[in-house]
Amino acid sequence: MSEETKKAPVREVYDEAEEERQKMAAIAEVIDTYKDQPGSLIKVLHAAQNIYGYLPLSLQKVIAEGMNMPLSMISGVVSFYAFFSTTPKADNTIKVCMGTACYVRGGQKIMDRLQEILGIKPGELTEDRKFSIEVTRCLGACGLAPVIMINDDVHQQVNPDKLEKLLAKY
Amino acid sequence: MANMVNITINGKAISVEEGKTIIQAAKENNIYIPSLCYLEGIHQYGGCRMCMVEVEGARTLMASCMVKVKEGMVIHTNSARARHARKVMCELILSNHPQDCLSCPRSGSCELQDLAKTLGITEARFKGEKSVDILDITPAITRDTSKCVLCRRCVSVCNMIQHVGVLNPQNRGFKTVIGPAMDLSMKDVDCSYCGQCVTVCPVNALQETDAIQPVWKAINDPNKRVVVQVAPAVRVGIGQEFGLPVGKATTGKLATALKELLFDDIFDTNFAADLTIMEEGTEFLTRAKAALTGGNAVLPMITSCSPGWIKFVEHTFPEELDHLSTCKSPHMMEGALIKSYYAEKLGIDPKDIFVVSVMPCTAKKFEITRPEMVNNGVPNVDAVLTVRELARMIREAGIDFANLPESDFDAPMGLSSGAADIFGVTGGVMEAALRTVYELVTGRELPFDKLHVAPIVGLEQIKVAELTFENVLPAYKFLEGFTAKVAVTSGLEGARKLMEQVAKGEGGYHFIEVMGCPGGCIAGGGQPRMTDKKVKELRMAGIYEEDEGKKLRKSHENKDIQALYSQYLLEPLGHKSHELLHTTYTKRGEFNEYLHTEQAE
Repeated sequence: MSEETKKAPVREVYDEAEEERQKMAAIAEVIDTYKDQPGSLIKVLHAAQNIYGYLPLSLQKVIAEGMNMPLSMISGVVSFYAFFSTTPKADNTIKVCMGTACYVRGGQKIMDRLQEILGIKPGELTEDRKFSIEVTRCLGACGLAPVIMINDDVHQQVNPDKLEKLLAKY
Repeated sequence: MANMVNITINGKAISVEEGKTIIQAAKENNIYIPSLCYLEGIHQYGGCRMCMVEVEGARTLMASCMVKVKEGMVIHTNSARARHARKVMCELILSNHPQDCLSCPRSGSCELQDLAKTLGITEARFKGEKSVDILDITPAITRDTSKCVLCRRCVSVCNMIQHVGVLNPQNRGFKTVIGPAMDLSMKDVDCSYCGQCVTVCPVNALQETDAIQPVWKAINDPNKRVVVQVAPAVRVGIGQEFGLPVGKATTGKLATALKELLFDDIFDTNFAADLTIMEEGTEFLTRAKAALTGGNAVLPMITSCSPGWIKFVEHTFPEELDHLSTCKSPHMMEGALIKSYYAEKLGIDPKDIFVVSVMPCTAKKFEITRPEMVNNGVPNVDAVLTVRELARMIREAGIDFANLPESDFDAPMGLSSGAADIFGVTGGVMEAALRTVYELVTGRELPFDKLHVAPIVGLEQIKVAELTFENVLPAYKFLEGFTAKVAVTSGLEGARKLMEQVAKGEGGYHFIEVMGCPGGCIAGGGQPRMTDKKVKELRMAGIYEEDEGKKLRKSHENKDIQALYSQYLLEPLGHKSHELLHTTYTKRGEFNEYLHTEQAE
């Protein structure tokens, strides 16, 4: 299962290059609109993230060049605000509660097993961008511990041995 | 006449010009307010809060570097409240600092250490988590964020003075680091290695990458012939490290100190500066001839002595590299000749020679690693020491620099003209070139008082001059009536402005001199700290004094250069010159994209 999860071709049957080209054209248009307006960098970054999903180094370079600003300044703003992300978002975000109650009821075991299945650490995402893992503090469902959230779904009293089955639903 | 404002500082009635800050007003009246991030004329940010003072009527303490004086202001710089606040601020900075002063190269010249001493801090009260610790070692500059106090002086210099913008704050709060984008190393971005950030760093967060250890090792190796050379601007910089008057040339003491450090040969990079004039002057005349006689030539020709400038232009204007003179920088020429011409004279294998260059520069540490700077399988230069590093070695060897007797550099690469000395200051390379070119072409001396081309002397960012060639010698008939338009700039902001003109084909210049640091090598990234305007002026005066004190003022009159040509090189731009003294450049691009494409191919 773990091998399959990693290799499963999820993003298929569309022209990736064409989509990339369209996104970059849209971003170029945004840059063009704002490049002569002082103080508009955040607007541009915001729009670029909406179009592209995240702000990788390659995209920051495009923005630096277009806005005629040093790359380190762009990156400085991107890394300052938690809202901006330099890594792609996964289709499904798994939040593992490490609050006190979940922790004592086996939260760490769930975390270990998830890492084993998906081959990633907290903060990372699988190669096919299907899952990412995050550590979260108390979700306010201590009576149901241990708890994990996958997107907006809360899963209660999770058994580490049944995680694979659970993930297969996504 | 400026409006004056009446204020009181520590009970003393003071009248100061309107618009001044409290810290400036205090300083003018010999009242010392401790500060850390503030750097007059360069960095005024109010970040460290170390200069806080009490202003009567104000609710909070005020950062005296940010607040301007107002009529009737009553200020207390040493009230218990102000002193306590400053002390706590400093203790908080220290709580996130390694405090390994004993083994830190900045010990004794560290502004944070001085501040802690001034404020009377005797114990580390606050202990806690330390923030991000990145050690970024490049061939030229080492960045150690564990030492960084986030004063952002380097950010100001990199962005506002040099307009390169490699260093900026990344991340937020406790995780803030000063560095390039996305945790990249300074070696993977468009850093020119000018080292201006190093010269303003108050602590050891930005430092030259050490070359002292390899140099000691070579000196201690009985099988190595260790040859040292010193750049023009070193002689007006080093004295400051030993309490001698700022800017005063200490050439003779410097030569003696190098002998006492047990280098085998003490040469002068000035010799190669004279050689550069022969090569570069000839190159300019060749290009001018082609351009004036209907041939193809790229003009303006731009000087190539400053490796920070070279790396900058390779990143920023990769399509304009044909404008650069193909001459290597003087110390690279000298290194190449030490391992060929001089090695042959000695009858020893160039592999057994170790060449050390003492430079006012950090970029030259990178320059020696360039793959082009190799001849016959050996690098032209093996190690570059900054002026600060040489001073450390002199101290380590127990040499009493200030009281040394004077001595001369060794032959055959120790003799130089005054034209070589002025390579150390903005406008100097151009003036040196014009002294020789004008005389070669017309048979007459350059028509300026004391041979100084007045319009290009001084610390202004961009300087322009014109020189018309009349009654030329028969060999240079093509230049009759030609007016050469020259421009000189120092600092990378000025370089960018001129290059934008050049790229558009504007300006009408024939010859441009660029030095990467504002003011030239006298203010280089490897010079003793701090280099403010006053220090630059004193070092500039020291350089011109050296020049004027010499009988020999023109490069082409240097008899050891003449001997080098007659015995070895034969002629400027000849076969041997091309092989040893000239180089090529690398297209890099703002994001090193040209390098990456080449690798991909």
